[in-house]
Amino acid sequence: MSDVILKVSHLSKAFGAIQALRDVQFELRRGEIHALAGENGAGKSTLMNIIDGILQPDSGEIHLDGRPVRISSPAAAQRLGIGLVHQEIALCPDITVAENIFMAATNASRSLLVDYAGLNGRAADILSGLGDIDPSTLVRSLSISQQQLVEIAKALTLDCRVLILDEPTAALTEKEATVLFAIMHRLAEQGIAIIYISHRMAEIFGHCDRVSVFRDGQYVVTHNVAETTPTDIVNAMVGRVVDNRYPAKFQGDSLSAPAILEVENLSSPGLFSDVSFTLRRGEILGLGGLIGAGRSEIIKGICRIDETATGTVRLEGKPLDARRYQQSIREGLVYLSEDRKGDGLFLDMSIAANVSALRLGLVSKGGIIDQRRENLQASDLGRRLNLKCGHVGQPVSALSGGNQQKVAIAKMLSVNPKVIFLDEPTRGVDVGAKLEIHRILRDLANAGVGIVVISSELPELIGVCDRVLVVREGRINGEVSGDAMTEQNIMYLASIDAERARAGGARP
Amino acid sequence: MTTQTIAAETGKTSGSGWKRLAGMREIGLILIILALFAAMSFASPYFLTWENMRAMAMAFAVEGIVVVGMTILLISGGIDLSVGSVTALAMVIAGLLFLNGVDPWTASLIAILACTAIGALMGFFVTKVGLHHFIVSLAAMVIARGACLLGTGGRPLGLFTLPPEFKFIGQGSIGVIPVVIVIFVVVVVAFDFMLRRTTMFRKVFYTGSNEKAAAYSGIRTKKVIFLTTTLCSALCGFAGVIYMARFGSAQPTFGVGMELNVIAAAVIGGASLSGGSGTIFGAILGTILLSVVSSSLALLDVSVYWQDIIRGSILLAAVTIDHYLSKRRR
Repeated sequence: MSDVILKVSHLSKAFGAIQALRDVQFELRRGEIHALAGENGAGKSTLMNIIDGILQPDSGEIHLDGRPVRISSPAAAQRLGIGLVHQEIALCPDITVAENIFMAATNASRSLLVDYAGLNGRAADILSGLGDIDPSTLVRSLSISQQQLVEIAKALTLDCRVLILDEPTAALTEKEATVLFAIMHRLAEQGIAIIYISHRMAEIFGHCDRVSVFRDGQYVVTHNVAETTPTDIVNAMVGRVVDNRYPAKFQGDSLSAPAILEVENLSSPGLFSDVSFTLRRGEILGLGGLIGAGRSEIIKGICRIDETATGTVRLEGKPLDARRYQQSIREGLVYLSEDRKGDGLFLDMSIAANVSALRLGLVSKGGIIDQRRENLQASDLGRRLNLKCGHVGQPVSALSGGNQQKVAIAKMLSVNPKVIFLDEPTRGVDVGAKLEIHRILRDLANAGVGIVVISSELPELIGVCDRVLVVREGRINGEVSGDAMTEQNIMYLASIDAERARAGGARP
Repeated sequence: MTTQTIAAETGKTSGSGWKRLAGMREIGLILIILALFAAMSFASPYFLTWENMRAMAMAFAVEGIVVVGMTILLISGGIDLSVGSVTALAMVIAGLLFLNGVDPWTASLIAILACTAIGALMGFFVTKVGLHHFIVSLAAMVIARGACLLGTGGRPLGLFTLPPEFKFIGQGSIGVIPVVIVIFVVVVVAFDFMLRRTTMFRKVFYTGSNEKAAAYSGIRTKKVIFLTTTLCSALCGFAGVIYMARFGSAQPTFGVGMELNVIAAAVIGGASLSGGSGTIFGAILGTILLSVVSSSLALLDVSVYWQDIIRGSILLAAVTIDHYLSKRRR
């Protein structure tokens, strides 16, 4: 076809033992908005990074305008007319908007001096189409969504013919997103080909022309958006028909089951106040709410990671007298943080050393670690959680996201906890591992371990939990269970005062 | 490293494994050192003599004790620029006390305690005040050196009246083995074992590998960093006292630039400046390598100025190779 601008064929790329892309193909036409869909780890970002010259493929070809090209660096990509707007904002906060926008142009410029006066003028021209941003302000003072627009403006300065947008609406409000889509359509009319990466089906079906699906590093299918349905795309992403994804719920009566954990009037100044709830044996309790509502903070207060929280915590009827988190661990409370790589795991250390970290006493005698016992502990728990690894001496960094998360869970289970708190337990984990983690949680609950889950993914919260407490501005704003556990009710409680939510039918 | 590995699941297997790769560095270092030995034995007839071996070992043995402290501190994520001047300060404090009538053993103990206190003070500034190791130890380096010069008026203290049983530590031999070497081996073997096997030092690895994750595992990371900082200075004090016994004097300008040598040795031996990795055995091999190179260059009549350039280049090469190896590991 003559209007094909970019064609990728037989592209493969491996990182160590992990095959990120396997014989992938992709075709982009002039003037189209082409959505890329796929789970985390499907290979979308790797493919985009190769097209933008950040990564080099192991094998395969890229054709631009019918000619084979080698894209050796982002600068080379720019010369070829390819612009990539990253998901993470990569602007320099302490220089002006205009200087940021023309950073690449300044870099490519032959002249010795920077024409600052001209910069502001030209930046204003580009920005006028995007939003109300003064080119002479410092990037630091802009909101995240404004910074996102500056990123897009930056890509537009390069006369690009191929524009890649990696989840650009993640940080935007609905109104800003609408503006962005209008801009995208205008650019497409000018003949620019746009690759649009998004998880949101509504955006793909509302604004894109075609959609290509990737799964596990492989190309699956390309459809005209008009000829397919969101369900088809989701099924293609997951690789099977999605139904009955969650394990069965708690069978017993959650009101009569014995309490494992009782929290009364827990408060921490400035973070949360008057938090009271009861966790019963066999149930999985969810904490819902908006990001920043104080869900993680409440849990850190219960576990004494936040040592300033006041209130009563009773574990199996006995008041918990822990001053530090170390003591909570000994009593049987364990917390799995939401930022697995940042503060959950020791990536460069072995699986075995990670699993044993909570209580080294279990694998040591007289302060001396028994390597054999440590390895056994990790391999036993690994087998129980279906951890896929070569051997437990491998560094955790060699594992996939889902398996890393299993190591983190193995670490919690190593101390035979009574109650575990999981903060976003399936973030950045592929669908297969996600299902397994849900099953593991249910098995643990059935075995009598108290489980509290925080998740920002409402379907997960509803699917996994037996009851959900909704936190709003540091308080428990309401509770939903059974049939009342709907996305609407949870969002309602998360964003609106309980008084009104009560009128809306949810149990406070 | 002889880690027994148990396959949890037959999945993607890289076969070799991390521990063995880490062990490879140490084997690599040993091979390089042996190659240097072989080459030098041809280049200089004097090289492989007992006297030269003994001199070389004496040269790195005491510094090796400081390397142990530095390696542990690096693993916990810290760094200490003050090791040279704190070592010198130990000599000066012990020397001054001795000259004022304190018996040398008590004087040495006081000097070591004083250095430990300096380390604790640095640890305080790092963990409680929240300053960076680099800055705090830079300040300590200058202050300790100033104190050395102030206490001695800038001149070495001759300690000719040191009793022979004290000098024995630095100058004597047990059979044919110098006492200094015996002390060095004991320190190295003890700390190497502790670092590999004890829960106490495992916490140092956790803290250096990911301080936040360590805190979320219930480890009191500030305490760990405080203790590694203190331990490093304490070992400097110990080394300073041995130096005094060996030289029979206290030199206020001793150990200028020692920190670079010590850090280089630890890094060549596999310690990471960002914390979380390193072994005593590797660091000692790094020390030996640098020492063999210095000694070889001296025997070959290479100018001392060239020696620095070559040592710096070795450091750069070692770190570069490591960088690529660890990339491949990932």
